Amino acid sequence: MGITEGPACPLPMPHHDRIILGHGSGGKLTQELVSRLFYPCFDNPALRQGDDSAVLNLGAGERIALSTDAHVVWPLFFPGGDIGRLAVCGTVNDVAMSGAEVRYLSAGFILEEGLEVSILARIVDSMRLAAEEAGVYIVAGDTKVVQRGKADGVYITAAGVGLLPAGRQIGGAQAQPGDVVLLSGSLGDHGIAVLAARGELGFETAVSSDVAPLNHLVAAMLQASPNIHVLRDPTRGGLGTTLNEIAGQSRVCIQIDENALPVRPEVAAACEMLGFDPLYIANEGKLVAIVAPQDAERILQAMRRTRYGEEALRIGEVLPAPSGRVLMRTRIGGTRLVDRLSGELLPRIC
Amino acid sequence: MCLGVPAKIIEIYTQNSLLMGKVDFGGVLREACLAYVPEAKVGDYAIIHVGFALNLLDEAEAQETLDTLRSIMDLGDELGLQPDLQPPAESVA
Amino acid sequence: MKFLDEYRDAELVHAQIAELKRTLTRPWVIMEICGGQTHAILRYGLEQLLPPEIELVHGPGCPVCVTSLELIDKAIAIATQPGVIFISYGDMLRVPGSHKDLFSVRSAGGDVRVVYSPLDAVRIAQQNPDKEVVFFAIGFETTAPANAMSVLQAQVLGLTNYSILVSQVRVPPALHAILGSEHNRVQGFLLAGHVCAVMGYWEYPPIAARYGIPMAVTGFEPLDIVQGILQTVQMLEKGDVQVQNAYSRLVTQSGNQPAQDVINQVFEECDRNWRGIGLIPNSGWRLQPQYAAFDAELRFDVQDIQPQESALCISGLMLQGLRKPFECPAFGMQCTPETPLGATMVSAEGACAAYYRYKRDLGGA
Repeated sequence: MGITEGPACPLPMPHHDRIILGHGSGGKLTQELVSRLFYPCFDNPALRQGDDSAVLNLGAGERIALSTDAHVVWPLFFPGGDIGRLAVCGTVNDVAMSGAEVRYLSAGFILEEGLEVSILARIVDSMRLAAEEAGVYIVAGDTKVVQRGKADGVYITAAGVGLLPAGRQIGGAQAQPGDVVLLSGSLGDHGIAVLAARGELGFETAVSSDVAPLNHLVAAMLQASPNIHVLRDPTRGGLGTTLNEIAGQSRVCIQIDENALPVRPEVAAACEMLGFDPLYIANEGKLVAIVAPQDAERILQAMRRTRYGEEALRIGEVLPAPSGRVLMRTRIGGTRLVDRLSGELLPRIC
Repeated sequence: MCLGVPAKIIEIYTQNSLLMGKVDFGGVLREACLAYVPEAKVGDYAIIHVGFALNLLDEAEAQETLDTLRSIMDLGDELGLQPDLQPPAESVA
Repeated sequence: MKFLDEYRDAELVHAQIAELKRTLTRPWVIMEICGGQTHAILRYGLEQLLPPEIELVHGPGCPVCVTSLELIDKAIAIATQPGVIFISYGDMLRVPGSHKDLFSVRSAGGDVRVVYSPLDAVRIAQQNPDKEVVFFAIGFETTAPANAMSVLQAQVLGLTNYSILVSQVRVPPALHAILGSEHNRVQGFLLAGHVCAVMGYWEYPPIAARYGIPMAVTGFEPLDIVQGILQTVQMLEKGDVQVQNAYSRLVTQSGNQPAQDVINQVFEECDRNWRGIGLIPNSGWRLQPQYAAFDAELRFDVQDIQPQESALCISGLMLQGLRKPFECPAFGMQCTPETPLGATMVSAEGACAAYYRYKRDLGGA
C-alpha cells in the first residue's frame, strides 16, 4: 500500500503501551493517563474533584485539604532554588490553592547510591528554610536508596495537609461568568531558569526560578474578600493548561488579554529563540485567581501589599461561552484559542 | 520554515577554524556560527536560525521602512481614514 | 525586543490592513509557503482581521511535514540500532512513521536526542567516539547552510563517527508543482523570507512570469505578513506580475553568497519525495559523492523500507492548499496533536496543528 487518499480505518499513533516523557509534562498526555488509568482504578468523589488538593470531610464539620507532589527536577540546584525548596513550596501551594491553612508536610526521599551527603544536607537545609518561611512543619518522612543510575541524585515526594475553615468553597469548578481573572506575577521564570541550568540547549540567562510558598499571599487575599472562586498555581503545563482545566471544570469560557500578560524580557527572548510560548512554561511561585468582579480591585491591592504578589494584575475575564475554551485577544487585536499543552515542549526550527 | 530570531552580536572569535560569536537575544546569550556573515562587527544585529547567523539585519533599511509606514499611517489619520481596529463580530465563536 | 516589537505594533498592523481594504476590489487567493508564516498568522489571530476577500491558503512550507515517510522510517530504523545516538531538531520526534515515531524509539531505550543547532550534534559526536552519531538533516534552503557546515566541521575535526540523514527540500520546484497543477487556484504568493535570505529571490521572476503570479518576499511578524499581502494585492489589482521584496531589512536579491557557496560545495540537486504530494523532480539536495562518508543512508543498511501511509490522512491535499484542515473528516477526531495521523498535525507549523491549536471551533475561515 503506497500513499493513498481514500477513506479507511487507520490506527492513531499509539502511545498507550509505553510511558513517554510527554506523559509527565502536565498537559494532555498526562491528563489522559490520569483519567484513563488512575481515576477509574482509585475512583472516589474526592479524587474526581480534579483540583490540586482533595477536600475531605472528617466529620463534625471538620474539613481538611490533602495534596501530594513528586519532584524530579534536574539539575538539583538552579538559580533561585533547588529540589528541596521546590518540594516544600510545591506541596504548600497545592494545599493553599484550596484556601486551606497549610499546617503539615511529609517528605519521602529516594536517594541515588553515590550521592554526596553534603549535597543532601544542602537540600534538606533549603527545605527547612522554605518550611519556616511558609510556617509549616515537616512531620513525617521516609528515605530509600536505589542503585547508582536510577534517581538523578534525589527524587522527593511530599504530601501536605491543611485545615479548611467552614464554608470555604474554592475550586476549579467555581468560576462564574462575569468573574475577573487575576495573575500574581510574571510567567515562565521557573521553566526557563531550569532549562538554562540544564545546559543542553546552550543558552545563558540571568532568569531565576520564582519558586516560593504562596500560602501567606492566599491568606491576605482571603482576608480582603471571601469571594475568591478559584485559586490555582500554574506549574508544569503553564498558565495555558491551567486555564483550560478551570474552563473545563467550571464549564465557562476564559478570555485573557495578551497585552496584559507579564513576561520578563529574558524569558520572552528565550521563548523566541526556542519557539516556545510563555503560556506553557512552568511557574513555581505564581497563582491565578478567579474572583467576583466587585472585589477584584480590593483583592489586587491586598496582593500588591504582600510578598510574591507585588506585580499582581488583572489578565482577563470569565464568559459564559464557548464553554470549556480559553481565548486570547492577541496583541494585534485578533482572537485565538489557547489550547492545553500537548506533549513535551520541543524547540522548533520552523 | 524558519524560526529566525534577531540577536545582537556581542563577541566574535574563531573556534576550530570556524568564525563564531556570542549573541544576545535580549537577555539570553548563546553562541552562534558567524561563518555566513564574515563582515559582521560587534554591535551588528543578525537573524539567528539553528545557531547560525543567516544575514545581518540592515538597521537603516528597517528604519526607513518603518518611518514610511508610520508616515502613511499618520497621513491616513489626517485625511480621516480611520483604521478598522475592531475585528468583525462574527469571527469569534 | 529590537527588530521584533516594531513589527508587532497593533496600530501599524491595522493601518496596513486599512490600506489593504482600500486597495481591494475583488477576492484573491494567496498562498504562503512557510510553516513559520502559517504559525504566525494563526497565533496572532491575523486571519480574522484580514478582509474576507483575501483567502489565505497554506502551502507545503514545513520541512517536518514534507519529509517523506520512507525517510522517517529510515530514521526510526537507524535510531533503533544499538550503539547509535540519533539526533534531531525538536519537532521531528513526534512525526509518525509507518508504525511509530522517534519518541517511541526513545521510550523503548534508544538514544534519541534533541539539539538546537547541528553544531551541537557534531559536538556530541566528538564527545562519544565509541558511538555512531547520526543527525537528521531536514530543512528547506534556510537550514541547508547549517546542516552542510556540520559536515564540513566533522571533516575538519577528523570525525569518523558522524553522518547525516538528509531530507533537504527546495522551494522553486515545489512552486512549479503547485502553480503548474491543473487544480491550482493560487493567484498570488508570499515567498518565504528566510529561504530568500539565504538564496536571494533571483530564482522567482521566471516562475512568476511563467504562471502569471505576482510574489512578495515576506517576513514572519504580523506587520511583515500584512505588508507582504498588501504588496501582492497591489500587484494583483494592477495586473503587475513581479517579484517584490517586502522583507528588505534582511533579504537581498542575490542572497547570501558564502552560504550558497557552502551549499554548492556539499550538496547537489536530486529528486525528492514530498510526503503527501509525491515525487517532485530536482526538489531536493543530497550529499555530493566526495562526502559519501557522511551519508547515513549509505552507512546504515536501510535500503529495504516499505512505507505505509495512513489512508485517512489528506495532508497531501492540505499541503497543496487544496483543502483546509476543517474539511478533513479526521480533523479533531481520530487526528489530533496527541494522535496525529499525518505530518501536518504533528509539526507545530503544520497547518492542521496550527488550526487545531488556535482555531478549532472559532469557525472555519
